[in-house]
Amino acid sequence: MSLMLLDAALATAQALLAMAMICATFRLLRGPRAQDRVLALDTLYVDAMLLVLTFGMREASTVYFEAALVIGMLGFVSTAAFAKFLMRGEVIE
Amino acid sequence: MTHAATLPPLLAVLVALLVVLGAALALIGSVGLLRLKTFYERIHPPTMGTTLGLGLTLIASMLLFSTLESRPVLHEIVIAVFMAVTTPVTFMLLVRAALHRDRAVGDNPVAGRK
Repeated sequence: MSLMLLDAALATAQALLAMAMICATFRLLRGPRAQDRVLALDTLYVDAMLLVLTFGMREASTVYFEAALVIGMLGFVSTAAFAKFLMRGEVIE
Repeated sequence: MTHAATLPPLLAVLVALLVVLGAALALIGSVGLLRLKTFYERIHPPTMGTTLGLGLTLIASMLLFSTLESRPVLHEIVIAVFMAVTTPVTFMLLVRAALHRDRAVGDNPVAGRK
């Protein structure tokens, strides 16, 4: 009984996160300016990290934790690099 | 699903509640990102997902894995600390870049709104 409840809740959470990623993708495609697209990409990273964590809980495996950590780190580095690029026109000066 | 059948019902309800609430907060943040009008308004809603949404999901994950492995599993704290440190840094960089770009095209969004 509790397993069924947990599985249903995790499936619901995955559906909600998928909808969140669709919203962020619309903003990524619509823009209107470059900073909006970078912000949408950062949101996509966070939502993907949450989705991977939910997936790991559903599979009852701690392997997905490392994947979530890597996604978080890549999200930070890429958003910082994009912001630097928007500011200066170059990433490494 | 491969959980052991020894999951207490109260804990299952708690984990289910936390996970759904965290995902709902992330969804609210993304809807806000889609619907608000200006960039400086849109920068705010995604932080709901990165703070409370991520926090609730990580607490649920810690509770679940601590019960399943019957030992404290706390390595999710690493993600929480990392995101709490990096999110303000990236968003401040992004807003400063956006301000710079707006001023470069002769538009000063913080000079006062009509």
